[in-house]
Amino acid sequence: MSVHAKSNPLKAYIFVWIALLVGTFLTYRVALIDLGPFNPVIALAIATTKALLVALFFMHLRHANERLLKLVVISTIFFLGILLFLTLTDYVSRPWTITSLAWFM
Amino acid sequence: MATATVPQIERENYLNKEYGIGSWLLTTDHKRIALLYLISITFFFFIGGFYALLIRLELLTPAGDLVQADTYNKIFTMHGQVMVFFFLIPSIPAVLGNFLIPIMVGAKDLAFPRINLLSWYIYIVAGILMMHCMLTGGVDTGWTFYTPFSTAFSNTKVIEAGLAIFVSGFSSILTGLNFVVTIHRMRAPGMTWSRLPLFVWSHYATSIIQILGTPVIAITLVLVVAERALHLGIFDPRLGGDPLLFQHLFWFYSHPAVYIMILPSMGVVSEIIPCFSRKRIFGYSFVALSSIAIAVFGFLVWAHHMFVAGISVYAALVFSILSYAVAVPSAVKVFNWTATLYKGSIHYDAPMLYAFGFVGLFTIGGLTGLFLSALGIDMHVHDTYFVIAHFHYIMVGGALMGYLGGMHFWWPKISGKLYPEGWARLAALVVFLGFNLTFFPQFILGYLGMPRRYHQYPPEFQVLNVLSTAGASVLAVGYLMPMIYFLWSMRYGKPAPNNPWNAAGLEWTIQSPPTTFNFPEQPVVTWEAYNYDEIDTGHKQEVQVAG
Amino acid sequence: MPDSTAAVSTSAHDDVHSPALLHHFATPEQQRNSASFGMWIFLGTEVMFFGGLFCAYLIYRRWYFADFAAASASIDVKMGAINTAVLICSSLTVVLAIWGAELRNRALMIGMLLLTMLFGLTFLGIKGIEYKQKFDEHHVPGASFNFEHEEVPSQPGHYANAYHAQIFFALYFIMTGLHALHMVVGLGIFTWLLIMAWKGRFTPEYHTPLEIGGLYWHFVDIVWIYLFPLLYLIDRHK
Repeated sequence: MSVHAKSNPLKAYIFVWIALLVGTFLTYRVALIDLGPFNPVIALAIATTKALLVALFFMHLRHANERLLKLVVISTIFFLGILLFLTLTDYVSRPWTITSLAWFM
Repeated sequence: MATATVPQIERENYLNKEYGIGSWLLTTDHKRIALLYLISITFFFFIGGFYALLIRLELLTPAGDLVQADTYNKIFTMHGQVMVFFFLIPSIPAVLGNFLIPIMVGAKDLAFPRINLLSWYIYIVAGILMMHCMLTGGVDTGWTFYTPFSTAFSNTKVIEAGLAIFVSGFSSILTGLNFVVTIHRMRAPGMTWSRLPLFVWSHYATSIIQILGTPVIAITLVLVVAERALHLGIFDPRLGGDPLLFQHLFWFYSHPAVYIMILPSMGVVSEIIPCFSRKRIFGYSFVALSSIAIAVFGFLVWAHHMFVAGISVYAALVFSILSYAVAVPSAVKVFNWTATLYKGSIHYDAPMLYAFGFVGLFTIGGLTGLFLSALGIDMHVHDTYFVIAHFHYIMVGGALMGYLGGMHFWWPKISGKLYPEGWARLAALVVFLGFNLTFFPQFILGYLGMPRRYHQYPPEFQVLNVLSTAGASVLAVGYLMPMIYFLWSMRYGKPAPNNPWNAAGLEWTIQSPPTTFNFPEQPVVTWEAYNYDEIDTGHKQEVQVAG
Repeated sequence: MPDSTAAVSTSAHDDVHSPALLHHFATPEQQRNSASFGMWIFLGTEVMFFGGLFCAYLIYRRWYFADFAAASASIDVKMGAINTAVLICSSLTVVLAIWGAELRNRALMIGMLLLTMLFGLTFLGIKGIEYKQKFDEHHVPGASFNFEHEEVPSQPGHYANAYHAQIFFALYFIMTGLHALHMVVGLGIFTWLLIMAWKGRFTPEYHTPLEIGGLYWHFVDIVWIYLFPLLYLIDRHK
């Protein structure tokens, strides 16, 4: 980053810090409420928001000079997504039930 | 000057700048590191080749009479592991890539020279681990480490082999990282993306795969080691685990790994063919972008290795379709190389012979990959010699011939000496004939049903196996020849001019061998890549000076 | 004629001969951008590295949800939450340390580096307590693993399958253990940064090691941000 990143980053840092702590507290509290299948969805949504805050503000991705760094982040997430998604296509479409021998043990 | 100049005696270059073992083991010069890699991977090529020799000797006769079954399992496992992880994956990137990429982009070195040296040391540590593993019993799981055999039943040194490959992965990752940063950040003024040699584009694509894929096999090996050491059940069906999860994670890397092995070779061919046809490459942007497409698509097809393993048929359909798609960018390259040859002024020097061999053999290997992508055919030929022939056509007929072609093409630049052309052409021919005699019978064997990884087979397969072994002996001779005359040329070869081939590219504008910092002054690039029409009509490829 | 061993760019830069500039770079900016880019790529590899574990976790959580929920209920969510807060605070102190370098405020820079390391050690200490708890309860996978008679949270009277719970704990220990290993490496890196800062090596113009060390630390924080809900908060509402 250049010497003069922003005129007063301190406010942004403190704000993000508080947002992260609030997010953590929220994650915990929401987990205690029964939202059915949405529990993991909301938990991951909050986690992703926190991760984005850290990346954009603490890791200075927001002020990155070129789009190159953002491209690195996006491609990495894309390929991780491929790993998870395509592997899941196998597991969700298996027509047989789990044949874990451990069920009988 | 683009034409041959009178070479001077004993100019200072990167080889004679400093003497002594310390100057080599502590070097940060990318060219010296490339030579360190050259020596190491050649050593491992001999090891892997030795195991290949044992395989072919055993398979001369139908009975399993040379070695026991367990020993044979170890032999083909070590052959695969050494050849894949310690020869093929590093070969072109670590030797030719390291040597050439900084020069081709107009830089003094890679972005991170010390990390480059670290890469080599990590590779050596991994190699020592692997050698120790081999010498103290080896592994018998196949290079694919399938669970739960590897984690719960094998009595061999799985943990040590897994650790060795884990460590070697870091070498691969750091090399890829170095290349990407270098290509983005260290290009000389005027060296735009569309003027980069295709060799650089293919290494860029290779590096993307190394960066994104290798960590996944790293964590997979961690899981295998943990499961084996602590008797966990992550991959063990008796304890609730799924062996297929291992295969998904393993092949997520190991399929893109085959593109790590072939893309650099394609880059070499993209340099050789224009030079020895005296023509610009046909469809530069298509060839460049097809490398990126191969890298991206290559990550989408891994489960075609698992069609008969127990994945759902719907997933198999998806992966089958995607596997057909990944062939398209490779085909684009073959068409473009062919179109480059059309109406070109063809010269049959040794590098070009290897490039021809590459195009033909890679095409056969690639087409047979399409056979394997078809679910119906794969049911019959999976785990047979058909698969073995397929990937050896690509790895040996493709990648290794590209490597040899590249070594011949750039040998004058690397060593400052010319190799004997007559012997080189003969060696290329011997390699081509030996290769086809070795591996074409294996297509037939596999189609007829001979399974892989068996040390004995029904007697009706013997003739084809004998042919294959005979071919392997010829192939071995073909490989030994360059090793001999390259070494010979270092002492007795004619000194090489800057540009013996009258080729395009920044590396041919500097002396052979180059100085430590490559360029006397920073070059400024004002011409397009592969400007053979300009070169051959006398427009000098003058390197302008910055400032 | 420029010196043959130095590639000098056409635009003069007043700190082009700064001692931190390596010979193969033309400008400090090129060097700094390259270092940052290199670290981001390395973090990309780390995402894929942990990604394989997340893949295994995803598959087995789907398969054995009830057993995973039972196992997750047995780990201490309060310690997990506190650790999350600790790491978040440590990320703040990292950016403040870099800010201190930018402002040439030595006290701020060094103080924040020390605080960061303190938070890191706190995290590891709490982790150690958690691990000890699991060890005492025989929840460490292996020969002494025992998970009998643990009720599934949503199905009273129904007990979790011990083998499936063992898979949860195997993943729990490998994921948090790998994360802790990265913390330890991070502490090593920050020790070195602290020494460099103490020696006065960082200026507003050059504090690249701080920046890229900070990137690494933030990444380790982000991994934990995901690990916390995934490992500690499965089906907690029962």
